[in-house]
Amino acid sequence: MRVSMTVNGKAVSGEVEPRTLLVEFLRQHLGLTGTHVGCDTSQCGCCVVHVDGASAKACTLLAVQVDGSTVTTIEGLAQGGKLHPLQQAFHEHHGLQCGFCTPGMIMSAADLLQRNPDPTEHEVREWLEGNLCRCTGYHNIVKAILAAAQSMRGMAKAAE
Amino acid sequence: MYAFDYHRPASLAEAAQLLAGNPDAKLLAGGQTYIPTLKQRLAKPAAVIDLGRIAELRGIREEAGGVTIGATTPHAEVANSPIVKRVIPALAALAEGIGDPQVRNRGTIGGSIANNDPAADYPAAVVGLGATVRTSKGRAIAADDFFTGMFETALAPDEIVTAVHFPKPEKAAYAKFPNPASRYAIVGVFVAKTAGGVRVAVTGASPCVFRATALEQALAASWSAAAIDGVTIDPSNLNSDIHAQADYRAHLIKVMAKRAIEAAG
Repeated sequence: MRVSMTVNGKAVSGEVEPRTLLVEFLRQHLGLTGTHVGCDTSQCGCCVVHVDGASAKACTLLAVQVDGSTVTTIEGLAQGGKLHPLQQAFHEHHGLQCGFCTPGMIMSAADLLQRNPDPTEHEVREWLEGNLCRCTGYHNIVKAILAAAQSMRGMAKAAE
Repeated sequence: MYAFDYHRPASLAEAAQLLAGNPDAKLLAGGQTYIPTLKQRLAKPAAVIDLGRIAELRGIREEAGGVTIGATTPHAEVANSPIVKRVIPALAALAEGIGDPQVRNRGTIGGSIANNDPAADYPAAVVGLGATVRTSKGRAIAADDFFTGMFETALAPDEIVTAVHFPKPEKAAYAKFPNPASRYAIVGVFVAKTAGGVRVAVTGASPCVFRATALEQALAASWSAAAIDGVTIDPSNLNSDIHAQADYRAHLIKVMAKRAIEAAG
């Protein structure tokens, strides 16, 4: 089957089997390997991308289901060679060690911040229910997300 | 995953026709249970019929003082709906507690109740609120008749859930003791004071959601957490597994019921 979608602002299409997962389409057909496959059982969140603006686990979606949709992956976050505030904050606050969970963490957090620009620490931790990190114990991840939220609020205010 | 054919009907009529013509086809809504099932090769459908693009199956509206939720409405939409939050806040809160944010963005109410997982949250709300399940065959199935056993419902093989109608309760709340990893209910209790009397629905504890009639009787006599102190929950039909023994689940039913009653006010 032929699927077409907009990925990171670019129109793409490809020939897939109905059973091809979105994460397989992204990684194997499009070469966008920033979206990781961790547990492959919908639990770890390493494969989180945005589909039509909402975060979803790309290992639990068929590529054919998102035919015609708009998809954003970790590769689509940085604009004009400048890191997204979440990427910058993960860098500055050491929000990763091995980095495997990081793309999913950042894509999940980006969905949180578009819904709730000023979350509490508790709300950040609750939101990360579907993202597992086995290195850092979440402390610096939460710190990074709160810092990014603050910097994004500042940017939004400056733009007014 | 085994290979399958894929159909993406644009209308309910088309979906019903495809399903009737393909006895080995399965319906796909949000896929948050079904895709993992396919990946583990626990199912081998000849065809998958994707309900995701049928506009008439999705959405939330007020109806007859209550709320009607289209079958393919995702949990996140129910959790954030101003209508649901105003008319039945307990239902919005239940939806907010399902799985994780990504599961809530894709998983649907119709998919959840048609699957009837013994530990799912929605069956407790459907039974607890005395909701009605509407189907592609024009049936309106009462909650008490819909859930018939573990992963079993009153749906015919070629029947599709189209919407669920929830009447507005006087008071309602849901309390669950979640599995810390999956967020599925080890025990979840939905209590409601409705026009038709007190209803207490329990999920997670046994092979299928059920009404705790002893708790209902005690609460009908007096709507307070203390009213159920003297009630004994029989553990003999409850689940025992690595997460909890039957007698512990029996204990949790009362604890969750009390929390729900207190939350309902």
